[in-house]
Amino acid sequence: MERNNHLRRQVANLRQSLFDQGYLDDQFIELEELQDDVNPNFVEEIVTLFYKDSARLIHSIDQALEKQPLDFTKLDNYMHQFKGSSSSIGAKKVKIECTQFSEYWRAGNVEGCKRTFQQLKREYVVLRKKLEVYFQYARQAGPTETASCRPN
Amino acid sequence: MACAQELHVLAVDDSHVDRKVIERLLNISCCKVTAVESGRRALQYLGLDGEKSSMGIDGLKVNLILTDYSMPGMTGYELLKKIKESSALSKIPVVIMSSEKILPRIDRCLEEGAEEFLLKPVKLSDVKRLRDFILRGEGDDDKETEKKINEVCSRKRKFQDDSTTQPMPTSLGTAHDIESSPESSVSSESQPPQSKQTKIG
Repeated sequence: MERNNHLRRQVANLRQSLFDQGYLDDQFIELEELQDDVNPNFVEEIVTLFYKDSARLIHSIDQALEKQPLDFTKLDNYMHQFKGSSSSIGAKKVKIECTQFSEYWRAGNVEGCKRTFQQLKREYVVLRKKLEVYFQYARQAGPTETASCRPN
Repeated sequence: MACAQELHVLAVDDSHVDRKVIERLLNISCCKVTAVESGRRALQYLGLDGEKSSMGIDGLKVNLILTDYSMPGMTGYELLKKIKESSALSKIPVVIMSSEKILPRIDRCLEEGAEEFLLKPVKLSDVKRLRDFILRGEGDDDKETEKKINEVCSRKRKFQDDSTTQPMPTSLGTAHDIESSPESSVSSESQPPQSKQTKIG
């Protein structure tokens, strides 16, 4: 159907822009390659788990940053978890902020940590919105071939 | 290509996201997976007393333990040690996964008896190589053991030489997810595809 082809093109463009704009990296493609007819929504399921984990971690880090004195071990653990899960789904910009946070933490730069965390939350929100739109369109368009093109 | 033999892998990771991914990777590679969230749960599953064989509490023999390094409570290294100290469990190959490539950490794990150290995020190619290695090793004989030891040594050297190299996996896992959440059940949730293997698309 012409309409469906048009929709599929939109989905493909949406997907490509996520890579082009640096929101996602190769790991996302690795996950896509794990999808099949029996598990057609695997990536979305994993990403949904990521949202759940992220919400919990953001809340924990927010609270931890309010405490005096700061519990650096806890903060480091939370951020390690956040970096891990964002790496596992290919959330490139979020992962970069996690790395930046760790660098400020190692340098003992509390203000840097707090600033970076605000940026991290912003990146997370943007990514989540974009992915939600993408998956919504993808579901409408129906199953497609796994993309073979790699991002630049 | 149908898989001739199914391995049973015990996957240990405190990250829910990573557990689900590793479970999928192992299922696609024709392995049964039991995924647990901690070292304690892993030891519980394996039966803490040394009398039992390398069977899970549900009677399924475990062919490989794939564990994350950084976990609260008991690290992957500590789990590795406990397994290697147990007469019943020490023969089960253990592979450590970590998002951090810290050479002393890698050395320590390999010296403690880990088969391999994988960098996260783990890829399908890593898991397949792991599985093939384990399949070759099942029904192990002395020549194979010696070969494995040599492989581990050369991998260690490779790590020290080249800081950018992704380690070659040494060994390999489908199953049921037994997390601590009340609603989860012990019965099988995910089974490998019956007749097809690998990727689709």
